[in-house]
Amino acid sequence: MTVWLTIGLLAVGTFVIKGAGPAALGRRELPGWALPVIALLPAVLLSALVAYDTFGGAEGFHVDAKLAGVGAAIAAVALKAPMTVVLIAAAVVTALTRLIVA
Amino acid sequence: MSATLRAGARRALPVVPATFALGVSFGVLAGPVIGGVAAVVMSAIVFAGGAQFAAVAVLAGGGGAFAATGAGLLMNARFLPMGFGFAPAFRGRRLWRAVQGQAIVDAGLVLARKDDGTYDRKLLFGSTAFQGVGWVSGTALGVLVGNTLPDPDVFGIDAIFPAFYIALLGGELRGTRARIAALLAVGIVLAGASVLPPGVPVIAASAVALIGLIPERERDEASEPEKEKATK
Repeated sequence: MTVWLTIGLLAVGTFVIKGAGPAALGRRELPGWALPVIALLPAVLLSALVAYDTFGGAEGFHVDAKLAGVGAAIAAVALKAPMTVVLIAAAVVTALTRLIVA
Repeated sequence: MSATLRAGARRALPVVPATFALGVSFGVLAGPVIGGVAAVVMSAIVFAGGAQFAAVAVLAGGGGAFAATGAGLLMNARFLPMGFGFAPAFRGRRLWRAVQGQAIVDAGLVLARKDDGTYDRKLLFGSTAFQGVGWVSGTALGVLVGNTLPDPDVFGIDAIFPAFYIALLGGELRGTRARIAALLAVGIVLAGASVLPPGVPVIAASAVALIGLIPERERDEASEPEKEKATK
């Protein structure tokens, strides 16, 4: 029951969060001052998510083998590798680091 | 199917294997905790990776439905500012716009953007639909093979999430202001990771986008090094 209640509440809550902006704004355009803020959202949110998924999470700040994989992903992106390669590089380097360190 | 929808799906093509892999890792992790059917249903109707992982982690730790929902919604709070960014792209009445807003996903920030920086709803629908197929089918596969696998972290699966965001971020750091904003966001997350509840550092960092309100005085590339030094 707990599981289905969680899924239901999370689905409803997510609907409200994702739908709030579009519903509130309605047919109006965004005011001019908001445009440069919106333009920065991808850089801000994506880098925050990178940092959060690398060092944060439920257990608070921590450093583990993932950091090596993240380094590999950054290198792969710098080399203009396709996304699939970026992910595989991150996973493989993390797994190897974990194998060596553990 | 309209050309723009197809264009959206085409843009999602490089991203779908990643979404699929993330789906598999969710299925592997969530299957034993909440059951296979629930994991697949969750991916289909909640449809937000970070929130699903966060909620399942709480349930796995013995937490209740409200704690798990709270953890998931904190991870999803970033969709609130994103919703305003995407809002002008949608059409119709308020409720119908809210329904269209459900197509907002992280990758949409990059995949559904037009050359002028605004968002296109059909690019969003096309790219999100394709990713949705990858996410849900990946979850199903993860549930099916989950029993035969050891801890997915052995394969470095946990590094796929940050790597996914790094790949999306790749083209976003053009210009001094975007780079400064990104550094500030990372700083806030690192500073907040130990003191703030899970998920909250990301929302706190989203406030950095407000530096977009500061008028940009110099636009020429030559002045960029000075500006960068001045803000450090």
